[in-house]
Amino acid sequence: MEKVIRLRKGLDIRIEGCPDGSLDAPSAPQARYAVKPVDFYGIHPKLSVQVQDRVLAGDPLFYDKNNPQIFLTSPVSGTVAEIVYGPRRVIEEIRIQADGKNEHKDFGVLDPSSFTAENVREKLLQAGLWAFIRQRPYDLAADPARPPRDIFISAFDTAPLAPDLDMVVRGEEDCFQMGVDALAKLTKGKVYLGVHRRKTASKAYLECRNAEIRAFDGPHPCGNVGIQIHHIAPISKGDVVWYVHPQDIVIMGRLFKKGIYDATKIVAVGGSELFKTGHHKVLAGFNVSCMLEGNARPGSSHRVISGNILTGKRISDDGYLGAFDHMISVIPEGKRFRFMGWLGPGLDRFSYSRTFWSWLRPRRRYVMDTNMNGSERAYVLTGQFEKVLPMDIYPLQLIKACIAKDIENMEALGIYEVSPEDFALCEYIDASKTEIQEIIREGLEYIRKEVQ
Amino acid sequence: MLRNFLDKIKPSFEKGGKLHFLHSTFEAFESFLYVPDKVTSTGCHVRDALDMKRTMITVVLALLPCFLFGIYNVGYMHYSTVGQDTGFWDCFWFGCSKVLPMLVVTYVVGLGIEFIFAQVKGHEVNEGFLVSGFLIPLICPPDVPLWMLAVATAFAVVIGKEVFGGTGMNVWNPALLARAFLFFAYPSQMSGDNVWVADAVSGPTSLSNIAAGNVDAVPQLSDLFWGLIPGSVGETSKFCILIGAIILVWSGIGSFRIMFSALAGGVLMAWVGGLAGSTDASILQHVLSGGFLFGLVFMATDPVTSAQTQAGKSIYGFLLGAMAILIRIYNPAYPEGMMLAILLMNTFAPLIDYLVVERNKARRRKRIVLATQEQNA
Repeated sequence: MEKVIRLRKGLDIRIEGCPDGSLDAPSAPQARYAVKPVDFYGIHPKLSVQVQDRVLAGDPLFYDKNNPQIFLTSPVSGTVAEIVYGPRRVIEEIRIQADGKNEHKDFGVLDPSSFTAENVREKLLQAGLWAFIRQRPYDLAADPARPPRDIFISAFDTAPLAPDLDMVVRGEEDCFQMGVDALAKLTKGKVYLGVHRRKTASKAYLECRNAEIRAFDGPHPCGNVGIQIHHIAPISKGDVVWYVHPQDIVIMGRLFKKGIYDATKIVAVGGSELFKTGHHKVLAGFNVSCMLEGNARPGSSHRVISGNILTGKRISDDGYLGAFDHMISVIPEGKRFRFMGWLGPGLDRFSYSRTFWSWLRPRRRYVMDTNMNGSERAYVLTGQFEKVLPMDIYPLQLIKACIAKDIENMEALGIYEVSPEDFALCEYIDASKTEIQEIIREGLEYIRKEVQ
Repeated sequence: MLRNFLDKIKPSFEKGGKLHFLHSTFEAFESFLYVPDKVTSTGCHVRDALDMKRTMITVVLALLPCFLFGIYNVGYMHYSTVGQDTGFWDCFWFGCSKVLPMLVVTYVVGLGIEFIFAQVKGHEVNEGFLVSGFLIPLICPPDVPLWMLAVATAFAVVIGKEVFGGTGMNVWNPALLARAFLFFAYPSQMSGDNVWVADAVSGPTSLSNIAAGNVDAVPQLSDLFWGLIPGSVGETSKFCILIGAIILVWSGIGSFRIMFSALAGGVLMAWVGGLAGSTDASILQHVLSGGFLFGLVFMATDPVTSAQTQAGKSIYGFLLGAMAILIRIYNPAYPEGMMLAILLMNTFAPLIDYLVVERNKARRRKRIVLATQEQNA
């Protein structure tokens, strides 16, 4: 950890309601869970269960039509209660009613000394954990047949209201290490672990073996794995790299150590609409209503987000945690008109620019709602996106190339290095109020279809 | 109450309503009165408080000191030329009677055309013209006939902006295009050797004095700075321009890079000109005279027509400043070079950006070449 990569570009959004450091387990066992196939980009789900089927934790729920060896398994034992279809018969949710016994399917332990690329891959595929390894470019589930150049792990999260990832490995240090050991077998390159210069304190990260540790410092999005890849070893055309979230590595470690799919994870709950914020120990895909009951501020309407406020998905009060999310954010809805709202001094309106007088109060945290704060316009301002994208990439030019579907230009401007989440802050600050993350996602999807 | 009224009439402007063909107009007025209640759907769930209206109103705010001082100065120039000694308010009222009609004419003509185009093309009215329309009176001499101003504004909006696809797509700064139109179409009325000083009296500007080598006739530096000198409405007070520059840079709307590098380019050129003996005026006289500072703070920094990349902005600004002084010194036909320099650099800005972005692309290509070499080795 000799050299620190310091990033100066970016923005920490000062929103009210940061989760505090407390850790609770829910008092009553949760009954309802769901796995959402739509969370897994690049997977075309085919069901392997029907309603009323009984499943153990670790039993397959659905598999990928194009690559049947990739499947996803149930985080809990119980019965399949409901399968929710969206528009055009897209499978949105597979809901499971837990039986409270939490029985696990046994996959058999795997000793670290006998790790080989072959048996690690086999084990992860068997237990349905493969899809938690994601790849760049295109930001989708990793292809088991194509070994990556390197594997990246970001051990801190800088997003607004983000969980403290040190808590994820607390008490699970050996599982994390085991997961890293296993992943290291899957690549001929290196496993890189990005840590925060000051905030990362856990020895599981700082003294991790079989991984190259790189320290970062800076505002959001410095915790995004895409930004870290860009500064450690950027992706060129033809490269494939993988990345995994530390929480999922812990779960993989448990698989090797105990032979079961134990989907226990730490989830942060935050936002200005909650009385009590904090971290919770729950199973993946749990129903979030237990966190909101009696905890949400009454009166105003709120929005529940699975994930952070920049990239997360909107869910209902009775919704379920997404597969790759480690936090629930609850913020007020902003469906109201503001008379001459663009004119006032704006002491209570957070902005990255200093056009609002809130810059007089640099330490204050703000309640932010979901209002667009304006309407869609042509791109006028320039040089703004660059302030929040710490990459050697010209964001506006890349966005325009994506809109124009100009593949040659997209490649030359570095489309393979980015994912929608890296552009989340650009979208946040965009005074023209365009949907930049969607533009990048569509650009990636387009180029993936055309190139293959 | 107003909200209820808007909600009541809104359905007739929506699709299928009787007045649907006026929907852009309705949207413009509604969103002017109320920030819409639209909430985020995909992507980010929260959005920054800054929107286009706030951006534009910040620029207008930065222009306000120049505007108010310009009004006063018009009256002051008038009364001092006719030899009357009057109070502050008399000057101010006289200035208002000259400048406000200009403002009204540009806004009515410009916004009228913008609304029509938005309506026909079915998109929303962009706020960009709030700034352009505010700038046009500020860069014109106060005696310009209103019909000329109307024609120039219409030219700037239609040929300068709408034919390229509207706000955000234009190549040249619309306000400057209006001035350029006046300059070339009605040259006798514009900055030549003799321009308007006050009603029925014309005299040489400080710039034409510099060009003619009458450095002694140039006003004191302090007068040039505080601005009680003849000139276009907004450009005379460098002090007010400085306030505007601070607002723009501090709020993050204006590009400090462009302002700084343009100033550096201008200073360097004035110094070189002085060394070569081509100009008798000092560097400070060059910088403080005419529209140099006004142009570089408010017009060169226009984000649409300037270079868009960070490195490009520096190059663009530097060349712009140097070009403005170069034209002043070496082309006696044009005592003021700022307008032409900005329009010229507007033209070259896409080329500068292209070169900067190509370098970025080349870095990326080189990386692939290096990687393959490493693999082969």
